[in-house]
Amino acid sequence: MKIRLISTAASVAALLGALASPVVQAASQSEMIAEGKRVAFHRKLGNCLTCHMMADGESPGNVGPPLIAMKARFPDKKVLRAQIWDSTSNNPATMMPPFGKHSILTEDQIDAVVEFVHSL
Amino acid sequence: MHKTILAVSAALTVSLLAPLTAIASSPEEDLKAFRDYYHAKFPDTPEADFINGVYSIDEDSRVQWENMEEFPVYEEDIAAGEELFNTPFANGKTYADCLKGGGVGTRQMYPYFDSDTGNIVTLEEAINTCRVDNGEKPLKYKKGPIAQISAYIAYTSRGNKINIEIPNDERALAQYERGKKHYYMKRGQLNLACADCHYYNSGMKGRSEIWSPSLGHPTGMPVFRWGKWGELGTLHRRFGGCNKNIRAKPFKAQSDEYKALEYYLTYLSNGLEINGPSSRK
Ligand code: HEC
Ligand code: HEC
Repeated sequence: MKIRLISTAASVAALLGALASPVVQAASQSEMIAEGKRVAFHRKLGNCLTCHMMADGESPGNVGPPLIAMKARFPDKKVLRAQIWDSTSNNPATMMPPFGKHSILTEDQIDAVVEFVHSL
Repeated sequence: MHKTILAVSAALTVSLLAPLTAIASSPEEDLKAFRDYYHAKFPDTPEADFINGVYSIDEDSRVQWENMEEFPVYEEDIAAGEELFNTPFANGKTYADCLKGGGVGTRQMYPYFDSDTGNIVTLEEAINTCRVDNGEKPLKYKKGPIAQISAYIAYTSRGNKINIEIPNDERALAQYERGKKHYYMKRGQLNLACADCHYYNSGMKGRSEIWSPSLGHPTGMPVFRWGKWGELGTLHRRFGGCNKNIRAKPFKAQSDEYKALEYYLTYLSNGLEINGPSSRK
């Protein structure tokens, strides 16, 4: 019942989290966010700071919009994931690299980045 | 389940922004549109000042750079280039005997379209052709002696205005179009075009680095980069570096692709003064 309600919006990770015990859920969720942050900030991985201001990120660029209040702007995590997986489907001329489509990040890394960005 | 195979092949292909190529325009029209765009974007930068790269649009770094230029870091390279230029080949001939116009003060006419071969001739290539024709070995293209000779020729050409002609010859226009296509085409794993950084987003910041306008890029070459190179490098070395940064396989220095790109970009800087060699942080 509860699962049905959130299933359309939730990623697999969140679904598994909802099924797991509250303690385990908290740990894996925060681990995932930490990993997502590492990937997002790493110059050879997400390097999102080249273009986006993000909390805690030093000397960000200003080509993309600041990544703040993400839950309000992306209530549906799938939409957020799609933007990161292939930014060009939304805007073929975009500066933003298609992180999934061009295998810049692995699927797991993208899942983690989505968790992190959604927490901003 | 996940689209790994598809993703790998997608990373290898390049996509072209349709509207840009769909609208055919003459070089003259391109030049005007290119300049109008940068002037609207950087109204405080006089046209003649675009020769100073990122320093033409960023006051803060400009002050630092002007201080640096008081004791030019490339001075020894110019001297070395002059010496190389004046040293006769084994057969007694010199560069002055075989370069167009004697070489000195001629930077502004490169690259040019050679109607005999249909190829673009760059200064660095002309230097090597000169060597080979006189029985010497060609020099490596990205740095070292060739950059020094190029620096000396640029230095003796300072103040001369870039004057690239695109003759009424289909082959010349094809070279120009090839360069233009390279400039606007998204490529590499990061899916970026030269134009993404140096045109549409020039003046914006990637991390803390401001992307310079392409207008004026060719005037200051070769360039001594303090940080990244610690030495002098040619324009094509820079092209290769920017291609690598977006994780695209760079073309070879003096490949037909980069020569065409140089032809396109240098034409768009027509009328600007040569101020090479230059230094960048
Ligand atoms: C080279 C520039 C660049 C990089 C690197 C980049 N982005 Fe973007 N991003 C953009 C631009 C520009 C936009 C604006 C939308 C567009 O261009 O279609 C954008 C949009 C977004 C949006 C949508 C924001 C909104 O309010 O609509 C999200 C979310 C996002 N980026 C996340 C990321 C993440 C996460 C990373 C790193 C893994 C990243 N971006 C890396 C340039 C970039
Ligand atoms: C992801 C962004 C990006 C892309 C794409 C890119 N460049 Fe650059 N380029 C830079 C940065 C950053 C610099 C150093 C700062 C500056 O001068 O803009 C630079 C510098 C240069 C310079 C030296 C400018 C000078 O004054 O010394 C040239 C020339 C150049 N780029 C040409 C190109 C060409 C041609 C392409 C495409 C093949 C290209 N760039 C693609 C980011 C980029």
